[in-house]
Amino acid sequence: MLTDKDRIFTNLYGLHDWRLAGARARGDWDGTKELLAKGRDAIIEEVKNSGLRGRGGAGFPTGLKWSFMPKQPGPRPHYLVVNADEGEPGTCKDRDMLRWDPHKLVEGCLIAGFAIGANSGYIYIRGELVREAEHLQTAIDEARAAGLIGKNACGSGWDFELYVHRGAGAYICGEESALLQSLEGQKGQPRLKPPFPAGVGLYGCPTTVNNVESIAVAPTILRRGAAWFAGIGRPKNTGTKVFCISGHVERPCNVEDEMGIPLRELVEKHAGGVRGGWDNLLAVIPGGSSVPVLPKSICDTVLMDFDSLREVRSGLGTAAVIVMDKSTDIVASIARLSRFYMHESCGQCTPCREGTGWLWRMMRRMVDGHAELAEIDMLEDVTREIEGHTICAHGDAAAWPIQGLIRHFRPELERRIREAAARAA
Amino acid sequence: MTKLTIDGREIEVEAGMTIIQACEILGVEIPRFCFHERLAIAGNCRMCLVEVEKTPKPVASCAQPVADGMVVKTNSPMVRKARHGVMEFLLINHPLDCPICDQGGECDLQDEAMGYGMDRSRYRELKRAVKDKDFGPLVKPTMTRCIHCTRCVRFLADVAGAPDLGSIGRNENMEIDTFVAKAIGSELSGNIIDLCPVGALTSKPYAFTARSWELHSSESVDALDAVGSNIRVDARGNQVMRVLPRTNDDVNEEWLGDKSRFACDGLMRQRLDRPYLRRDGKLAPASWPETFAAIVDRVRQLGGARVAALAGDLADAEAMFALKELMAGIGSPHLDCRQDGAKLGGPRVSYLFNTTIAGIEQAGALLLIGTNPRWEAPVLNARIRKRWMRGGFPIGLVGADLDLSYRHQHLGDSASVLSAIADGSHPFAKVLKDAKHPMLILGQGALARPDGAQILGLARRVAESTGMVGDGWNGFNVLHTAAARVGGLDMGFLPGAGGRDTAGILAGCKSGEFGAVYLLGADEIDMAALGKAFVIYQGHHGDAGAHRADAILPGAAYTEKDAAYVNTEGRAQQTRLAVFPPGEAREDWKIIRALSEAMGRALPYDTLPELRARLAKSAPSFAAPDRVVPAAWAPFGADGPVGSEPLRSPIANYYMTDPICRASPTMAQCTATFLGGARRTGTHG
Repeated sequence: MLTDKDRIFTNLYGLHDWRLAGARARGDWDGTKELLAKGRDAIIEEVKNSGLRGRGGAGFPTGLKWSFMPKQPGPRPHYLVVNADEGEPGTCKDRDMLRWDPHKLVEGCLIAGFAIGANSGYIYIRGELVREAEHLQTAIDEARAAGLIGKNACGSGWDFELYVHRGAGAYICGEESALLQSLEGQKGQPRLKPPFPAGVGLYGCPTTVNNVESIAVAPTILRRGAAWFAGIGRPKNTGTKVFCISGHVERPCNVEDEMGIPLRELVEKHAGGVRGGWDNLLAVIPGGSSVPVLPKSICDTVLMDFDSLREVRSGLGTAAVIVMDKSTDIVASIARLSRFYMHESCGQCTPCREGTGWLWRMMRRMVDGHAELAEIDMLEDVTREIEGHTICAHGDAAAWPIQGLIRHFRPELERRIREAAARAA
Repeated sequence: MTKLTIDGREIEVEAGMTIIQACEILGVEIPRFCFHERLAIAGNCRMCLVEVEKTPKPVASCAQPVADGMVVKTNSPMVRKARHGVMEFLLINHPLDCPICDQGGECDLQDEAMGYGMDRSRYRELKRAVKDKDFGPLVKPTMTRCIHCTRCVRFLADVAGAPDLGSIGRNENMEIDTFVAKAIGSELSGNIIDLCPVGALTSKPYAFTARSWELHSSESVDALDAVGSNIRVDARGNQVMRVLPRTNDDVNEEWLGDKSRFACDGLMRQRLDRPYLRRDGKLAPASWPETFAAIVDRVRQLGGARVAALAGDLADAEAMFALKELMAGIGSPHLDCRQDGAKLGGPRVSYLFNTTIAGIEQAGALLLIGTNPRWEAPVLNARIRKRWMRGGFPIGLVGADLDLSYRHQHLGDSASVLSAIADGSHPFAKVLKDAKHPMLILGQGALARPDGAQILGLARRVAESTGMVGDGWNGFNVLHTAAARVGGLDMGFLPGAGGRDTAGILAGCKSGEFGAVYLLGADEIDMAALGKAFVIYQGHHGDAGAHRADAILPGAAYTEKDAAYVNTEGRAQQTRLAVFPPGEAREDWKIIRALSEAMGRALPYDTLPELRARLAKSAPSFAAPDRVVPAAWAPFGADGPVGSEPLRSPIANYYMTDPICRASPTMAQCTATFLGGARRTGTHG
């Protein structure tokens, strides 16, 4: 288990001063100039060596992403874009970082911006996060007033400006290319890849889009060294991670712990355990609403990191652990998620636009069992027709919860159909 | 060059191509809905998915650039599964109302469903429906059928420059709509009907009139503006049902202006279907021999020198040529094809669009003079916009300031600006000089005025002083508005030695100097100026000329004859007979040939090929059909002061420029919608 000295987010619960003075007291903005003095390549190398994988859900190595930016800036400026459009149901980690530790993000932006050759950065923050946006803006203003960002940031000779842009409440704008579209003032719809943002991103310029947590941990990694970060967790799944535990637990919370912690330990240590005890557990969605649900049998032993969860055909996602005890109507829960994914589909490409509505309508019937047994296979088949055929991952996200449901709770679906048929007869 | 393998066959293609283009080169057909060669890539229909080795998911071949060593499979189980899935998704909310859909029989969705559809639906839920919309008098939306490919949105935004359509809403409730209810305000709006792969956007005037398999098509050329857009005339029986564009990359790509597309319903109305003679002040039906006899009588009495001839804007080259020879036969030098009085007629280079339409894409700067290309030649305007979209293309406009669908600098509305550009004192002169391949477009509005010859001379000086001519580049362009004009100028349908031009002929008619005037489809002149002259009108519509006529010879419209028209570039192209002229009406050259015989001065040809062989000797354009014969630079235009009246386009209403349009109910509706200012109220219609 992670000890306090290895925690990065030391003010995750807002117990201390979140403003510049308090942040400095906790070690933020300490020797930032010297960190920048190491140079672009050294910073990227350090982040690569730390094994940091993107914290937004896909788990793409952050250092590698930074290295995709052109080495020599051309005529087009580089941009850093921070994805703070945290909208994945069950996830609320970025929110607390923005609220209580905004300077970690601001400092991280400066370092990341320097590393990728960007003189300006945009933080696209979810519109509903009103106070968080205010705190973030205050932090930016403080940093600018203190000469930490802006012209000659921290005395490093690097100019860096940071802007906050508030979203308007579309889940899809958390997808990086839809976020760029929205930031440009266009309809929030994902773009085709290739070209990738590192080549053609914001306003057609090279752009790196990172999650809040990925950026916010970067200064600490550089300060304490890649080896320290890489020493936490398991190989290829290194470092600490903020988990969001919600649902049927005694004390829902955000908590930072090491990657690869057993799910059961995570829930029992930090969240007070499952309501009514571990044996009352029905299922857990381990990484935010878009990853497949896991039944108790898997939850007993599974480790919370990218690769372990992938082995059990789920995913770490945003590490939003949604715990459901035996009082849960699992079919209704997944049907509710289907409705969410239908509602938030941008409507651009065919499988997702047409398929998510179909899935929801079928799921709605499945809740009451108004279906035929063969329709379970058909439902699965429709999810396979969506999965992997869309422009962005929204289609996958709509398909996976249902696939998880069918994989682990098929008897429940069949029971409802049989009972409904018996009632009708 | 990039080497890749498609379905086991190796191919080398240009780098930067997409997989779908490489497949097309190999002849491998990839189904698609959203992809269109001339539009931006959207990649949203997902029908064109193919399997690429070493990628876990199928990729959209329309958007994926080729890479070296790529191995593409277009017919693997993964691909078929993906396409079946997409097709199923497209059909679940599609109304499947093909029997009452105008797209039925020429629908991409129908066609692809034959290959990738299932024989029955697995979809048990309710289908989506979309409320009716109103996109104006031309495009009929049935958005319940929409598959959201966004071709129409991309066309209007990128090609037409009138971003009136967009997608609103999201998920399955996404709709293509005008953001505020309005008619689509583009002269190219009809093209979205062709682009729509399903029946969501169909032609409103054509609605429920014919099925595509009942039609017989003829490949022809448009005559309602001077671009010479290539068209396909679809007819049923002896009625033109619709006009569609035909691809010609040198002229209209695959677009067509709304007038050229929708005015065809005017071909059935106000037609002159038999000869008439004015008896006791009233036009009365007559037979061909009677009418010829009356004309011959009158011409004999007067003598050839007191007869004049004017050719109108829709006259075909063969008829003009025959009339010219007939006039020569009776000894009259008084003939003119410039019924608007434009001061053109010098060396060939002085009245052609020398850059050529496709050449616009090589230009580096543009000066527009007294023209509104958006109305005078919408398809050509789209080419200007295409060049402008690429960037680095400054455009200056001298004349009335208008929305041309691209940004331009308004330099003033007086011709005196041109003097300043010619002598280099105007800042735009430097813009032109600095550009590689500068060009200018001179409109009829600048030429059809008393100082037209001086303005023509000024424009030549602008061209010469800013480096528009030379090095295999000719940036001097005249934009015509009449399909007949360049043909007439090429063959010399112009006053002969001692002959009068249009103004002179009209004055002569008024004074009684001319006793008879032969109007070959000339309707745009002041009929009151003809005085007491005996008016012979040969044409196809009962328009201004026929109302004034003393003898009417019913001719054929451009869809009813094999005839040549020379477009503004000097490209001679041929129309094809799609339907027969109505009633007793005949092809125009035959009427003149018959009349010449009645006059005892029979023209020396009995067949169209004989006439054409003779015509080909009169001008280079006719000898080389479908090609542009470049003209050599030569001095032209006059020196002298120019007037201060503002320059303006000759077209006040795009939808009403000729007898066919004026007879067309659809064009009348367009006029009411787009120009009439007729305000619709909540209780309207």
